[in-house]
Amino acid sequence: MSVKRKGNSTVTIFPDWCKGCGICAAFCPAKVMELNDQGKAVVVREEECINCGFCELHCPDFAIMVRPKVDDEIPAVCRAVLEKAARKTDGPAASGDAAKKAASGKQKG
Amino acid sequence: MVDMKGTQLIHEYLRHNKKFPHVFCAGCGHGIVLGSLIRSIHGLGLSKDEVCVVAGIGCSGRLAAYVDFNTVHTTHGRALTFATGIKMAKPNMHVIVVMGDGDSMAIGGNHLIHAARRNIGVTALILNNNIYGMTGGQCSPTTPAGSFSMTTPLGQMEQSFDCVELCSAAKANYVARGTVFHVKKLDKMIMDGISNPGFGVVEILTPCHTQYGRKNKYRTPVDMYKMLKKDVIDIDRYEKLSEADKAKKVPSGVFVQKDDSGLEEKFYQMAAKCQGGA
Repeated sequence: MSVKRKGNSTVTIFPDWCKGCGICAAFCPAKVMELNDQGKAVVVREEECINCGFCELHCPDFAIMVRPKVDDEIPAVCRAVLEKAARKTDGPAASGDAAKKAASGKQKG
Repeated sequence: MVDMKGTQLIHEYLRHNKKFPHVFCAGCGHGIVLGSLIRSIHGLGLSKDEVCVVAGIGCSGRLAAYVDFNTVHTTHGRALTFATGIKMAKPNMHVIVVMGDGDSMAIGGNHLIHAARRNIGVTALILNNNIYGMTGGQCSPTTPAGSFSMTTPLGQMEQSFDCVELCSAAKANYVARGTVFHVKKLDKMIMDGISNPGFGVVEILTPCHTQYGRKNKYRTPVDMYKMLKKDVIDIDRYEKLSEADKAKKVPSGVFVQKDDSGLEEKFYQMAAKCQGGA
């Protein structure tokens, strides 16, 4: 029952899981994603998303989640992945390289 | 778990303790097949306990480790033999075999044609990437003539196997070819393959840009997906092309669909008959 209209969906990228293959950025009909300087996908024009589902179906790493905006609740499994990434960003224990990567994905995404 | 779709759904079926992201290269189609397999099983409404995923050796062999079904990781080329045993012992189990092209058509070629001849009720997903990806890019039985690989640096001279024709000739019940670019169609094919009785084969064209692409002028994963988008067309459209155009394109779709009963059904009927008669 997804309505294909602009600005009705949220695109989430799990920065830890993205390997930067560039499929989403190359084929997205609304050009929502771009690759950042780390080579990973980030959401730049979320309001343009028409909820076609291409990126979700074609992401080989299951790193993209497109949800309707009204649906606030993130399922527990996905939340765990996001929280892990956030911990890496915030925690002082996180090693420099991984933390930087996670941070850059987070800020732009 | 009723109303989920997309990535949320896939995450529910993954074994999150198995070190994600998975081991496949960036842009490898195997991940898309994994997602498609999970969506198909969810779409058919099967529970996790009703499904057994058997995988052989190769890149595709890792697929079985990531999904939360009954899974078996078997020896090279023998995935179908293990699956035959499982299906005969547990005829109500939906046995899905995930094999690469080397696994299914080189070392396991014998098992593939005999599983098709026996019409045992398993579903084989053949992930055809035209190369032995894991071991360093040697040419495989499906490397197209004229293309380059690590062991054929001047071009492959041998002909390649056509998986669909091979399995159709060996009398498989369901034969289809899909690609990882046309995912919705692939979902449908895998669902049909699982629900159809008897032996089902779904050949899935998946790109390996690391080993195959960079030696054949597809430098990035995106180039390989564009190639799939351009070259693979529906079988109805393929039939209408001239002979010269047919050589450049690859047909996809459902090639054979029969509903003959599988070997395990015949076996259990025979067993019941013998027990009843004694």
